[in-house]
Amino acid sequence: MKAARKQRLYLIGLIVIGVSLAVTFALKSFNENLMYFFSTTEVVEGKAPNDRLFRLGGMVVDGSVERPEDGMLVQFKLTDYDKTVIVEYSGILPDLFREGQGIVANGKLNSKGVFVAQEVLAKHDENYMPPEVGESLKKKL
Amino acid sequence: MFLIPKPVGKFFHRMASPPYFYDFTGRLIPWLSWIFLFLVIAGLYGGLVLAPADYQQGDSFRIIYIHVPSAWMSLFVYVVMAIAGGIGLIWRIKLAEIVAISSASVGAGFTFIALVTGSLWGKPMWGTWWVWDARLTSELILLFLYLGVIGLYGAIDDKRTASRAVAILALVGVVNIPIIHYSVEWWNTLHQGPTVTKMDKPSIHISMLWPLLVMAVAFKFYYVIAMLQRARTELVVRERNSQWVKLLLESK
Repeated sequence: MKAARKQRLYLIGLIVIGVSLAVTFALKSFNENLMYFFSTTEVVEGKAPNDRLFRLGGMVVDGSVERPEDGMLVQFKLTDYDKTVIVEYSGILPDLFREGQGIVANGKLNSKGVFVAQEVLAKHDENYMPPEVGESLKKKL
Repeated sequence: MFLIPKPVGKFFHRMASPPYFYDFTGRLIPWLSWIFLFLVIAGLYGGLVLAPADYQQGDSFRIIYIHVPSAWMSLFVYVVMAIAGGIGLIWRIKLAEIVAISSASVGAGFTFIALVTGSLWGKPMWGTWWVWDARLTSELILLFLYLGVIGLYGAIDDKRTASRAVAILALVGVVNIPIIHYSVEWWNTLHQGPTVTKMDKPSIHISMLWPLLVMAVAFKFYYVIAMLQRARTELVVRERNSQWVKLLLESK
């Protein structure tokens, strides 16, 4: 390779490495803000903000979905298989909302430590299978 | 480069010659088109008819056969564009510059399709059209990078200078590619984790997986066809004063 080309190759390499390093440090320092939601453990440990809206993600605990009165109000428990948080929501739930399913809720903690959600989104998992396979898998568990 | 076998090196050397490239790709495109057509019909039939409905999402999951290949291609095309741009910068090969800029609009198209199909799926499944999580945001930045490349190229009149400027922008943007891919693992996102492209076994049933892979290959062929067609046009425009283009026009 000619000297001029070699120089250009090194220069480009340096640019790419430099930019990558800069972006890595930037992302590391903003890590907290890039998290789309807090886990239930973080909320129980008091890492989530008390005074403003934040998002909470977790699995809906089996058998925990209740409707305390007639109407839209729903209450359920969310877990990350470690700590559990009670969530209240009144509104229409997305298609994929069901017990055992991952969800992300946007809302605020009230004084009793109950998370009052204004919006509930279903978080789909990465598994795809035909209904029969899903059924037989459930039986095995 | 001593690592490249001689016939391959010779082939690339010949392809760097504009008249040879124009002639060779002109004969190649019909073949590629037939293969693409075959694959896309097989993939769509497999995905929309043969594959069973998903155990949770029902038929809505079938958007995967457009969404996922487009998203893969949006990353793949960007890497090709950046590498071609880099080759153009270092060795000043005109055809590498042309391949780079011809990839930009195709890649932008794939990115746009991935974003739109994802949004259409997100509304019924997640309950929202759009969220600012790490995966969706980084993919949107990718679209802006593509548009930036196209805009910058158009803004500079001298196309050789334009190609160099565009190549640097493309190379800087390469940083975004691993971020998009790993965003679902590095941060909590609403977007689900990888299904196929992970070390573990793919978490999709084989009857649903094969049409997806066929579609992914079909999209690769589509990219090559669309990119080559743009590249041929760009080449003729750039070389309009050369002898071979004059001969070409006279023979038509």
